Amino acid sequence: MSVLVGKDTRLLVQGITGSAGGFHSKQMLEYGTQVVGGVTPGRGGEKFEGKVPVFDTVAHAVKATGANASCIFVPPPGAADAILEAFDAGIALVVCITEGIPVADMLQVRRVLEGLTGKTRLIGPNCPGIITPDACKIGIMPGHIHKAGHVGVVSRSGTLTYEAVGQLTALGIGQSTCIGIGGDPVGGMDFVDVLELFEADPDTHGVILIGEIGGGAEERAARFIKEKMNKPVAGFIAGTSAPEGKRMGHAGAIIAGGKGTAAEKIKALEAAGARVAPTPSDMASTLSAMMKG
Amino acid sequence: MKIHEYQAKQMFARYGVPIPRGYVAFTVDEAEAAARKLADETGSPVVVVKAQIHAGGRGKGGGVKVAKGGPGEARELSQKILGMQLITHQTGPAGQKVRRLYIEQGLDIARELYLGAVIDRDRRRVAFMASTEGGVEIEKVAAETPEKIITVHVDPAVGFAAYQARELAFGLGIGGKETLGKFVKLLRALFEVVVREDCSLCEVNPLVITKGSDVVALDAKINLDDNAEFRHPEWKDLEDRDEEDPVELEAKAAGLNYVSLDGNVGCLVNGAGLAMATMDIIKHFGQGHGVAPANFLDVGGGANQEQVTKAFKMILKSPKVKAIFVNIFGGIMKCDVIANGVVAAAKELGLKVPLVVRLEGTNVELGRKILSESGLAIQAAGTMADGAQKVVAAVGLVNHEPRSPEGRTGGAK
Repeated sequence: MSVLVGKDTRLLVQGITGSAGGFHSKQMLEYGTQVVGGVTPGRGGEKFEGKVPVFDTVAHAVKATGANASCIFVPPPGAADAILEAFDAGIALVVCITEGIPVADMLQVRRVLEGLTGKTRLIGPNCPGIITPDACKIGIMPGHIHKAGHVGVVSRSGTLTYEAVGQLTALGIGQSTCIGIGGDPVGGMDFVDVLELFEADPDTHGVILIGEIGGGAEERAARFIKEKMNKPVAGFIAGTSAPEGKRMGHAGAIIAGGKGTAAEKIKALEAAGARVAPTPSDMASTLSAMMKG
Repeated sequence: MKIHEYQAKQMFARYGVPIPRGYVAFTVDEAEAAARKLADETGSPVVVVKAQIHAGGRGKGGGVKVAKGGPGEARELSQKILGMQLITHQTGPAGQKVRRLYIEQGLDIARELYLGAVIDRDRRRVAFMASTEGGVEIEKVAAETPEKIITVHVDPAVGFAAYQARELAFGLGIGGKETLGKFVKLLRALFEVVVREDCSLCEVNPLVITKGSDVVALDAKINLDDNAEFRHPEWKDLEDRDEEDPVELEAKAAGLNYVSLDGNVGCLVNGAGLAMATMDIIKHFGQGHGVAPANFLDVGGGANQEQVTKAFKMILKSPKVKAIFVNIFGGIMKCDVIANGVVAAAKELGLKVPLVVRLEGTNVELGRKILSESGLAIQAAGTMADGAQKVVAAVGLVNHEPRSPEGRTGGAK
């Protein structure tokens, strides 16, 4: 078991003929993901890698393939439009990898998404994607570092997710599902949405949550952990050493007006019963100690 | 991206947000001419000389002065402000050199208000905040008397509704049909600025009501959403390179994400989260030993070898760097690309400080082989913690290397 994606996930790739889309589609196919179609406007009728059919629109692709998930590699100027097209075609899970989408575009996407509650979920943008080890990989994470098991991972950062997964696997601890929710200020699923799924999933026994400076998503996660969660949660918050007012790579990672600091987030998580790793090298060992304890 | 007050006001004007008359000046002569022109246009000799730098708190720092006596006095004040090192709470202790002035008409002010628009990421809406406490530090108002700030959230499907603007107006005690109408109009125009110009922040502090009952944006601060640059070719003209850190500009041109910091360990990392975490762990182990990160540098996921070489050269060239920590968890980024880039840069510029490398992920074996065969003095690290401890120790050795009797001055040989 796992959350959101598994062996029955039927994936479309929007932007499959682009360089990033093409490269990662191949990787996903090799991992065993059922990539049932691609979408590139104007390239309908072609075949990707000689086998995956390419369509002009997401609606055509869904009709022909029965796809229930989509992975978006469309460059920033067209990415929000690609998300909206996937929503409109009734895709249940939309994963947007694209980095650099204007926040004004995401405000509109988010507004539309609010009307689709219960029908559609969005992961990202600016994220590595989602993987259920040995079953389905949607996104750009290196598949080989994962191992099937019972720890859920949710993170705002890509490479820091790999770091956590690498540590878990090195300790012999497998993962149920790993989800990168992305580093942008306005996106789809947030920590609470993912924690709800992990708490309800019988095959997830513990969770690693990786946050960073900026916004209030970690504080909301802490409230959820305190009130609704029984499974152990270990965390890490990146940006303890970040100065105020400087954007640390992710558009969302900025401390503004003294709000969104790592110290506040760590305090909230610990008060909720989560344990926060003292350094990013201790994420897996911190959770492991909780699960044994 | 930050822009100057006068540039933000030009944007305001295009959308019908009322601003005082004013002209930008790069020299004292231009400033005097601007003051003369304003006196002719307005019939009043009073002008305000405003330093244009990308930081707030200019008034308190002595960068904004009123000239009541006409163009001659404006010239004198401009002489003082132009070229000064203006220090505010946002510039840091070194301050920022004033290279541009804005000469603006003086107004008869009845009330000063605060108005700001930000992206409220928790509500996923543009939030407009207003307060009667205009002209002062709004951060202070927010922290001490949050009830004095009134906020409305704008639905992107509807736009700024008139009732929301009225809600702010009545909250601020703005009465009188004429003023109310002007205020509502200004707010809705300002929302257009925020959305169409892709602002991540738009602040008017103060927004003033004049004795003649006009509503005018007396100040303007706009930050632009860097992600929207692709649809704003005109932003190129708004850039003021004098206001930016030259190293950060160089990095931006190379497609790298770089932020200068005050410490002594140069960091090269892939991914923003891992880059932040790397800074954190250096600080964790370096605290009390005088060791801290000298920069945030994310080479990203798709960097090629030239970009990595460029990034590593930037670190090598920084005089404050006493040791370097390369921390890579290869996903899309392949470890051999990093290794080749590091070796190329080190061979070209020479490696004069200790280098600690931690490689993990895609093509890790190949990457390690390239590094070990390069002949460079590299300390390999197994984990992030191991690497951070090694780099902290390396800086310690550099700092404590005793001076030899011949007077050799330290590790840079």
